[in-house]
Amino acid sequence: MEPLTEHSGTALVLRRGDVDTDQIIPAEFCKRLTKSGYEDTLFHAWMQDPEFVFNDPARRQASVLVAGHNFGTGSSREHAVWALRDWGIRVVIGTSFGDIFFRNAWKNGVLAVQLPESVVDTLASKVDADPSFVVTVDVEACEVRASGLTHGFQIDKRPRWLLLNGLDDIAVTLGRDELITGFEAGRKPWLPRVGAA
Amino acid sequence: MGRTLAEKVWDAHVVRKGGGTDEPDLLYIDLHLVHEVTSPQAFDGLRLAGRQVRRPDLTIATEDHNVPTVWSANLLAQGTGAAISDPVSRTQVDTLRRNCEEFGVRLHPMGDVDQGIVHVVGPQLGLTQPGMTVVCGDSHTSTHGAFGALAFGIGTSEVEHVLATQTLPLRPFRTMAVTVQGELHPGVTAKDLILAVIAEIGTAGGQGHVLEYRGDAIRKLSMEARMTICNMSIEAGARAGMIAPDATTFEYLKGRPHAPQGADWDAAVEYWTGLATDEDAEFDREVIINADELAPFVTWGTNPGQGLPLDATIPFPEQIADENERAAAESALSYMDLAPGTPLREISVDTVFLGSCTNGRIEDLRAAAEVLRGRQVAGGVRMLVVPGSMRVRRQAEDEGLDTIFEAAGAEWRQAGCSMCLAMNPDKLAPGERSASTSNRNFEGRQGKGGRTHLVSPLVAAATAVRGTLSSPDDLF
Repeated sequence: MEPLTEHSGTALVLRRGDVDTDQIIPAEFCKRLTKSGYEDTLFHAWMQDPEFVFNDPARRQASVLVAGHNFGTGSSREHAVWALRDWGIRVVIGTSFGDIFFRNAWKNGVLAVQLPESVVDTLASKVDADPSFVVTVDVEACEVRASGLTHGFQIDKRPRWLLLNGLDDIAVTLGRDELITGFEAGRKPWLPRVGAA
Repeated sequence: MGRTLAEKVWDAHVVRKGGGTDEPDLLYIDLHLVHEVTSPQAFDGLRLAGRQVRRPDLTIATEDHNVPTVWSANLLAQGTGAAISDPVSRTQVDTLRRNCEEFGVRLHPMGDVDQGIVHVVGPQLGLTQPGMTVVCGDSHTSTHGAFGALAFGIGTSEVEHVLATQTLPLRPFRTMAVTVQGELHPGVTAKDLILAVIAEIGTAGGQGHVLEYRGDAIRKLSMEARMTICNMSIEAGARAGMIAPDATTFEYLKGRPHAPQGADWDAAVEYWTGLATDEDAEFDREVIINADELAPFVTWGTNPGQGLPLDATIPFPEQIADENERAAAESALSYMDLAPGTPLREISVDTVFLGSCTNGRIEDLRAAAEVLRGRQVAGGVRMLVVPGSMRVRRQAEDEGLDTIFEAAGAEWRQAGCSMCLAMNPDKLAPGERSASTSNRNFEGRQGKGGRTHLVSPLVAAATAVRGTLSSPDDLF
């Protein structure tokens, strides 16, 4: 993955709570075998409504989504992150996230950022008022910046470090092979093993 | 200070301790369950990087999400081309078969007696045991926590990570005790209990936490009922749900194909017994539920926290104080086409779905069959009965349950996830309404435009008979 230190872009607002991954991408589109090409599936049911914010031509270039609480709740499908990313979303700002969605997002370089409700409210009104309003997420400084607003956010060291350096998560863990092998030697003898394929 | 069950299991799997508060531990994974939907991109990733599956012997795959539930042995013998009519579903199943062969992973395909929903198959084979770490690219992996395992869903990137390394870098979860005092009344089931818990703590109430269900009411539950509870932990936003192993757990496990035997069994039971939360351990949070106060519970909205006792009426959004919850209720009632003040018992359904990783096990089928015995599914209602696995199906047939379902006018199907998420041909049509024993009532979850009420198997069966949301008590 390419290193990513910060992202700036215009935004759109979907202040609805509990947006589940079945809404972000219905299961019928999770039958594909690829990791990309999901832009046509994003919010498939809600996109049928011409008034839906993702259909607003003035927001088509937006790359920052200002969301509500518990965004990405439900299914573990990483397709939800792929669909957002393929449509053009690089940042999702919300008051809370589904845990699995949150992890999936950072794995794909989509910055899921949790901020207090008052800050998200302020950001949402500024974005709603002005389609050209730019929001910046600085991964290095762990900071969200926009005109008249700066707020820090928390993210675990590892996903941040992987992203800042463009590192392959699996390669890093494989570097601990000796430790893993050592651990395996001490596992309980009765633990189940699946028979040969 | 003592440790909780979750902390003990965690500590026993740390390969490498993280350096600071925000650096994760590297955790060893004892069992990785795989299915066709969330694995193809992970296997592709391995191939591109020239990597192997580190522990095929700790990995098992089954076909469940996409598979049709109407097929015959003859049709299967002609291959997936004949058995799976949807070409995209077929390709995904074929791809799983190729990947499992190439990487040496054991697969239970359609037609195999151990094929079925991944969370039904693992426990049934005795692969899920206390004290283990279990993952799967599926959020309902929390089911396995019923055994005192730490089990949680992961995305496809993490599936690839586990396939390659058998580990995951993770920051320890917080802990929450869900203490259920007292005893459930007859006719009130594990499903009603977990729906009530989710309504109480909210769909995000468990975020970042492992829920430990404890208390008298939990100890009295069977293993299958415990699986129903832990299964829906994710619907409260939790990473996992757990129940301390006890005699009920050991009784269920003993003699299963992968359970320890002989001296190993004795050593295992001793170890498992020590996993229970220490008396002086502290949870980060605790909620207390009184089982005696619970009644059959159903959902009226579009998230699993929007539920009420069956005796209640549809809420008036304007009476909801919280702004977010009020907006959610308004939008849910609009999607569900329900008017405030309507008694839940007056809501009529088109379809009843009995099955899923929540309620597709033998006890669920028995409970529903007992209600349907000698009765008929109401005119205009279709009822699908989809066993969680082929072994459950076989056992049900041995007990004559299939005959009861078919005599009542229900459809007796092959095993799979089916209408829980409508990836196979079992779907609601737009505007159709279901009473479903599954786990999610999200918009369109069971088919685009479909409307879902989550219910227990008992309520599902009674609803099928009356055609409106009902409990078995309404049949007398």
